[in-house]
Amino acid sequence: MIDRAFIGQSFAPLTVEVEAGRLRAFARATAQRDPIYSDTAAAQAAGYRNIPAPLTFLFTLDLERDDPFYFINEMKIDLARVLHGEQAFTYGAPICAGDQVTLISSVEDIYDKKGGAMEFVILKTSAQNQLGEDLGTMTRTIVVRNPS
Amino acid sequence: MSTAVNDLTYAGVAVGDTLPPLTQRAISRTTLALFAGASGDHNPIHIDIDFAKAAGMPDVFAHGMLNMAYLGHLVTAWVPQTAVREFSTRFVAITQIHAVVTCTGRVVEKHAGNLVTLEIQAADQHGDVKLAGQALVALP
Repeated sequence: MIDRAFIGQSFAPLTVEVEAGRLRAFARATAQRDPIYSDTAAAQAAGYRNIPAPLTFLFTLDLERDDPFYFINEMKIDLARVLHGEQAFTYGAPICAGDQVTLISSVEDIYDKKGGAMEFVILKTSAQNQLGEDLGTMTRTIVVRNPS
Repeated sequence: MSTAVNDLTYAGVAVGDTLPPLTQRAISRTTLALFAGASGDHNPIHIDIDFAKAAGMPDVFAHGMLNMAYLGHLVTAWVPQTAVREFSTRFVAITQIHAVVTCTGRVVEKHAGNLVTLEIQAADQHGDVKLAGQALVALP
C-alpha cells in the first residue's frame, strides 16, 4: 500500500525552458498538421509570440527532471504496475517557445478500490511563466495494479 | 490547413454539432519511439517489449498521452488553441500497437459566457473507445 502520509505533500519545483526544437519534435511525433506548432512565422501570423506549446505539453515539461518518475519513485511505487487513468488540464496564458515555466506539483489524494487491488494517486501541477503569469494546471490520476 | 479555418460563433453552434473527425496513421513501434523521445515519457512499457512482457503485457502499447495529443489536434483544428479553457480525458482502455485511432467530438452543452462543452473520444479501427474526454471552449 502507498503511504497515505504523501497526501498533501509538495515536490521540489521545476523550472524549465520551452524549446522550439522540442516543440517541433513533438509536432512531428504526433503527426500535427497545423504549421503554427512547428513554424515560427506561421505561429506569429496566428498571433502568438512564438511557436505555441500544444494542449498537453505541460505534461512533457514536467518530465524534464533528472528523475521524470519522481513522485512514483518517491512513493516507492513499482513503475511496471502503473497505468495512466485520467488526465485533465485547465488553461491560462499561452505557453510559447522561449518561455521559462515553473511547475509545482503536489499529491491531491491517494485512495484504493477493490480491497486494495487498485490504488489511485492524484497529482496536481500548477504552472507559471517568467512573467509570473498563470499558465493553468494539470491533474493526473495514476492507477497502480497491486498483486493479488 | 491552419488554425481558425472556420468562423465558428457561439450563436452559430448547436448542441449535437459534430467536429470533423481526425484519423491518424497506424501506431507503429517507430511512432512510440519518436513520441517517447519528443514527449519525454521514457517509460519502457511503451518502447521495450521485454519490459512489457515482464510486466505481464503481451506487447508494448501506446502512451495514453499520445492519444490525448491526437484528441488535442481534433479540438485545435476546430477552434484556435487560445479558445480552449479545459481539456480532460479518461484512459478507458489500452491502445494496442498497430491501432488506427480516429478522434471524434460533438457539442453537448452550451453555457452562459459563450462557453461550449465538447464530448470527445478516441477509438481504434474496431470502434473500441480508448479515450473518453471533454473540452470546454470559448467561442466569439
